[in-house]
Formats: sequence, structure tokens, C-alpha cells
Amino acid sequence: MSEKKLVEEEVNFQKNDAFSLTMIPGAFARKMRTCVIWQFIRFLVINIKMIIVVGKSH
Amino acid sequence: MARLVVLGGGVAGHTTATFAAKWLGSQHEVVVVTPNAKWNWIPSNIWVGVGQMTKEEVTFDLAPVYAKAGITYHQAKAVSINPEGKEDSDKPFVTIEYTSADKAGQTETIEYDYLVNATGPKLNFGATPGLGEGSQLGEHTVSVCTADHAVHASEKLQEAIEKMKAGTRQKFLIGTGHGMCTCQGAAFEYIFNIEHELKKAGVREMADIKWISNESFLGDFGMGGLHMKVGGYVVSSKLFAESLFAERDVEWMIGAHVSKVDAGKIEYELLDGTTGEEEFDFAMLIPPFAGVGLKAYNKAGEDITDTVFAPNGFMKVDANYNAGAYENWKASDWPRTYQNPTYKNMFAAGIAFAPPHIISKPMSSPNGTPINPTPPRTGMPSGIIGKAVAHSVCDLMTKGEDAKLHEASMAEMGAACVASAGKGIFNGTAAAMTVYPVVPDFEKYPGTGRDTDYTFGEIGLAGHWIKHILHHLFIYKAKLNPGWTLIPE
Repeated sequence: MSEKKLVEEEVNFQKNDAFSLTMIPGAFARKMRTCVIWQFIRFLVINIKMIIVVGKSH
Repeated sequence: MARLVVLGGGVAGHTTATFAAKWLGSQHEVVVVTPNAKWNWIPSNIWVGVGQMTKEEVTFDLAPVYAKAGITYHQAKAVSINPEGKEDSDKPFVTIEYTSADKAGQTETIEYDYLVNATGPKLNFGATPGLGEGSQLGEHTVSVCTADHAVHASEKLQEAIEKMKAGTRQKFLIGTGHGMCTCQGAAFEYIFNIEHELKKAGVREMADIKWISNESFLGDFGMGGLHMKVGGYVVSSKLFAESLFAERDVEWMIGAHVSKVDAGKIEYELLDGTTGEEEFDFAMLIPPFAGVGLKAYNKAGEDITDTVFAPNGFMKVDANYNAGAYENWKASDWPRTYQNPTYKNMFAAGIAFAPPHIISKPMSSPNGTPINPTPPRTGMPSGIIGKAVAHSVCDLMTKGEDAKLHEASMAEMGAACVASAGKGIFNGTAAAMTVYPVVPDFEKYPGTGRDTDYTFGEIGLAGHWIKHILHHLFIYKAKLNPGWTLIPE
């Protein structure tokens, strides 16, 4: 008898045909979204990019 | 002394008036005509709509701010424009109707030397039967378009949450309420805030959440979608958006024109021509936008509204309105100076200008119903256009009629969109997106139409923090607090 393997982020693929045709982030990608150190770095990067876009727009 | 009259006090009008007042000083007069007593930072209405902010946190009184800036302020709505004056005077003027409690309904004329139309949109709820009457929201759905609407939406959301806690399953339907809507971004942000709040309240399992939109694909956002660099790939916003929806277990229905709204039920038509019904317990459907219905008259008093305004009620500017079929569309079709081609002392800024055409690929059902997003021109583009127009008008007033006009084409400017879910500092996330330029330029950027170094999107706390900062920064700027001119639009 096979054992059920539950991977949390993969459950939604089965809920809807459209869901199964896209990508869903895994545990590592989701963890990085709320990792304060990584997000602080991204905060700096996004801000720099946004400032450049603002500068190019004026 | 010359007089600049600005119609509207939203992002574009407020930016135009405040910069013009600063640059012109006391040498010239700046007049603002706006029906609202309060300024509203509309992006944060989303947080009001889920009960995470109060109306007071996203609005402030305009009168003291304009008094500080030396701006003459009329709480009134513009009714008509007479750009040639009247029989006994060549001086152009606008007719206004007061909305303030003390003078409600009274009309008055205001002469001008220069006019900036920044009236924003009419929230055209009446375009869909059952969604509302004219610009008034109906009884079956909620909206987050104004702070008052958002307060009402929050109350209805709390009622739904209580029902779920009592064991009654609820269906949430969020999106656009007509085939010709814009502002998908606001609905996009609202649906994920709803999802976040339901999770927080411990009732997510009791809710079915569905997105309904006039976009032909998820992630169109009224801009024909966008491409961004992610993980070494250049990917479509379709994949980005679908991933977000699938991750949060939010179903979607796209290419949909909502044709009728009833209590607890909508009727819709899809791009393939099929029709259907969808039930709901809670629905937030964005209405289509139209011009506010300003009329225009010539010197003899004849109606020249068709000369000044496009059929959708937005003011004609220096755009190419004869671009023809989609295959012929170019970035250069989009206006650069926002000057009215007939009356050179009139400009339009923000949503009030008539775009040359939509940005997304035009679509219609086999029945001939157009179902495609109209172009977004809120937020950052509105502010940038407002400032450029202020610059132009100030130069015309101080340097003469031959002064060079300032330019701000949406095909050469970017926009930032931060759709945040949740409001806590560490327990919310946001989809932060930047697009450059807003209108794709396939001649300059073959392939995607945009610069993929500056067109990007990612999800995380960082964007969420930026959303918080933008909220405080733009309200600080709009209040004209010290250093306000240093904060970019």
C-alpha cells in the first residue's frame, strides 16, 4: 500500500484545470517572500529601480 | 495678472494647481474648481475597503491646503466651457455649480486665461443595468472607487465574515462590472486583500473567491500585459498573475462583459459569445469610466461639445485619433503636451484626456459586444502629466504664447503599481510591479514593447513596505508639507 505524500504547495494544482496549467511557488520561494533580510535587500533594489523609472519618466 | 483655472482636485488637478501656484507666485491667480471638500489618496481605499484603515486616514480637507498655497478654491462642479467667451466678451469662461452645503446648486461663471481639465472620470455605474444609476452605486454590489464606497464595502465584508463564522458559506465575486472597464489593478489588489482578511479571520475555508474581468487574459491590466525578467526567463504577466491566483485558490473568469446585475446574481457575456449567470453573496465590481459630461459652447452659444470632447466625454488633446486598425497603432499616437488642438489655452490632464485608442488588443464577442480593458492613466502617469501641463501653462503665462510646451508621453513614461495584501509590517505581502513605458513601443523595444530592465514584478514584503511608504509620502506631499516638491510624482 503506497503512502500518501502531501506537498502543501502542490495541492492547488488539483483544484482547478486552469490552476494545473500555471506555476505555483514552492516552499523556498514563499519563504524568501517574507525573509526580512532578503526582503530588505529587495526593498533597496526595487526602490533604486523605481527611482530610475521615475527619473526616466520626467 | 492672468488666471489659470483647474477643473478637478484629484491627483492630476491637485498636482497641476499646486505646482502652478508655487511657480507663478502672487503674480498670477490659480483657481481650483472641484466638487469634493476632501482630497483622497485613492490607492489606500483598498485598505479602507477591508477595514484596515479609516476614511480619515486616506482623506484630508482641501480648503486649508489651498489657502496655504494661495489657491482660490471653489467647491463646485464644472458644468460647461465657453472657450470663445460670449457675444459681448471674448474672454473665455467656465460655468460652475456649487456642491458645498452653504451654496449647493448655485451657479457662477469664472473667466480664465488658461484652463486645465483634470476632472477625472464619471464612475459610470449606470452603464450596466443593476450596477447603479448614472454615477451612483447600486444596492447589489460594493465599490472601492471612493472613500465612502470603501467604508460601505468594509461593512458588507464584516457582515459576510460574521455569516461565515456562523457556518454559512459565502461566494465573493471581485472584478470589473462592464466590458469596457479600466482599473483592473484596484480590483486585483482588493481581491487579494479580501483573501488575506478571510484567512486572518479564520474563515478562508468557508469562502469561494472568484475574479471576473474584461481582460482577454489574466495579467493584461489594460496595458496589453507586460513581460518581465524572472529567474533568468522573460515571462508574461499572464503567468505571473495566474500563478498568484492559483497559489491563493482564487478562480478566474476572463473576457467577461457583465451585462446585468441583480440581487446576488450577475449575467455575463464572454468573448466567445456564450452567456451565463454567476451567483454571489459579496461582489465588488469596478464600473466603467466616462467623461464627467462637460458641455462646450461657442461665442454664439452653439453646442461645440463634439469639437472639444471625444464621444466618451474625455477632452481631445494632441493625440492621433485617426490611427485606424490595431496593426497601425504606434507609440507616437499618444499625446505629448495634452493641449487641446482647437483651443490652445486649454489642456487636459490625467483621466480627463481622451486617449487615441486602447492599449490592449481590441476584442469583441461574436455578438459585437466590445470586451476589452480601456487604458489606465491613474496614479503616477496622472501626476507626471499634471506637472508637465503645469510647467507648460506657467511658461505660456510668464514667457508668452510662443513658449515651448513641456512633454510627458505615456509611451515614454513608466508607472509603478504596488498591490499589497494585508497591512501589518511583517505579515503582509505585495505584488510590486513597474512598467516602462506604460504604452508599449515596439519600434524602440522590439519583442515585448518595453524595457525589461525596468519592467519587473515580484511578490514579497519589500513591495508591501513600499506601499506603506507611498501612502504616507503622497499624503504628506499633497498636504504641501515642507519639502513636498522633492517627492516625485
